[in-house]
Amino acid sequence: MLVHSKTGRWAAWGLFGLLFLPLFALPLLVVVTASFSTHWSGAFPSGPTTGNYASAVRGESLQALTTSLVTALVASLLALTVGTWAALAAARLKRRGKRSLDALFMLPVAVPSVVVGLAVLVAFSKPPVLLNGTSSIVVLAHTILVTAFAHQSVSAAIVRLDPAYEQAAASLGARPAYVLWRVKLPLLLPSLTAAAGLCFALSMGELSATMMLYPPDWMPLPVRIFTATDRGSLFGGSAVAVVLMTATLLVLLAVSRIRTRATYR
Amino acid sequence: MADAPRPGGRATAHIPGTRTPEHNGAAPGHGGTARHRAVAGPGAAPSGSRTPQGTGAPQRTRTVPGWLWSLPPVAALALVFLYPLALVVQQSFSPENGGGAFDAYASVFRSHSFREALGTTVWLAAGATVGCLVLGFVLALIIAFVPFPGAKAVSKFIDVFLSFPSFLITLALLFIYGTVGMANGLWTDVSGSAEGPFHFLTTPWGVLLAEITYFTPFVMRPLLAAFSQLDTAQLEVASSLGAKPARIVRRVILPEALPALAAGGSLVLVMCLNEFGIVLFTGAKDVTTLPMLVYGKAILESDYSAACVVAVVNIAISVGLFGLYRVVGKRAGA
Repeated sequence: MLVHSKTGRWAAWGLFGLLFLPLFALPLLVVVTASFSTHWSGAFPSGPTTGNYASAVRGESLQALTTSLVTALVASLLALTVGTWAALAAARLKRRGKRSLDALFMLPVAVPSVVVGLAVLVAFSKPPVLLNGTSSIVVLAHTILVTAFAHQSVSAAIVRLDPAYEQAAASLGARPAYVLWRVKLPLLLPSLTAAAGLCFALSMGELSATMMLYPPDWMPLPVRIFTATDRGSLFGGSAVAVVLMTATLLVLLAVSRIRTRATYR
Repeated sequence: MADAPRPGGRATAHIPGTRTPEHNGAAPGHGGTARHRAVAGPGAAPSGSRTPQGTGAPQRTRTVPGWLWSLPPVAALALVFLYPLALVVQQSFSPENGGGAFDAYASVFRSHSFREALGTTVWLAAGATVGCLVLGFVLALIIAFVPFPGAKAVSKFIDVFLSFPSFLITLALLFIYGTVGMANGLWTDVSGSAEGPFHFLTTPWGVLLAEITYFTPFVMRPLLAAFSQLDTAQLEVASSLGAKPARIVRRVILPEALPALAAGGSLVLVMCLNEFGIVLFTGAKDVTTLPMLVYGKAILESDYSAACVVAVVNIAISVGLFGLYRVVGKRAGA
């Protein structure tokens, strides 16, 4: 307890509310409110409606939702595979090798995602690999962007892993593949699912690289929200944004349930 | 089992307990010599088929070097990430319409829009980082040391906040501070004037506000982690010796928080330099950052050489800063 007087404490809490509520709570509240309105000129919105949602889960928006979900699912599974593999391989290397492998896999975080989009566009718009205009180029870019996060959280978990478990398994005659499959991966499962959730959320909200790459028939939700608001349809865009937030939260919730079940095992 | 003579090195890989059943099974009822032979066999014979599982496993890890396992992911990364990046650098040095290697650079560096974008990007990123550090420190301080009911829920909320895309903030700010939004509406209702005072949304200040809002949680998370490891006895001692809260913050808490502040701040700086969604949603013509310029040159103007030049500059700045972040983070143990 830093502040002992009652008035001082209330002053601190007042300051917190004054900063926190308008900056962090209000924006989300406003987006949700706007998604249920038809008009907002003045202090408060008017014209309560659910029509924005009716159109947000139909036609192009529904297609954008499935596009985003498929992209995020494929990208996070791919990223999880590559990231986990790299993290496991890095853990067996010596100090210097491990550090350079970690740095290599963190590099996509440092490179602006717009530039990742540009690079992928430049590289795969010409033979031998022609992906421009297909859905796989979007999935590829998302995978590159989220692999770093999968790698980071899995390798942090590997460091915390007690080596006694795998040593015991190996000493009892288990082959490396068996140790990996039955001992290491189950122990890593909580962080694997956490990493999957993180990758999924990041991919669901990815806009920068996608803006560089998306073909007309593979438009993810963030791009859809941008085109809606760019045309001036702010309320429809808010409804789609709420759909995006809800879908992300539901997936994160489902993933965290897997995690708790795994830790109780 | 201890009687088995073993070629050096291998013996250390064996765990006695695992071998016993194998040997008993291989030579049931036979004397010590038979067992002796059976045990010595796999060590001398070239065929590995008789090797029991337990002896094979550690051996195999030694024959396949560890670095070989890291080749497939590195190769994948090189193909889809490093090779494209190399192409971007190459294209920045080879303009489509011919000319020298540095022609594209010269023309981009001369252009007014690039210089302005560079200045805006650096200024916005630096400003947003300072804002995030100050705001994040104050908020984390109150959550950690002046706890209130619901402080746990607030830190949960911050985690959720991090999983949302950045452009939602700009979208929300349009409703709050837009020309016909909440703030201006309240102002006209209260004061009776025809127009509200808030028109900063399409200026860099609007982007700054959105970036501070979105990135402050990235500073708060490491700070809260650092504060949770701080020994509260130090605070009690300082306070019982008569130190005022401001002095405790300055002399006890701030030194402990410096590594977390440095790590969080440099991460936010890099992320602000690379931020695209917030600027795109602002939709202001006069706010151009480097990522916006890359997008504009490549997609809107189809001038790929210029886009690659801007991209190379952007990569150089943010990778350099990210390296700094890694060094600072390593030292801070974050």
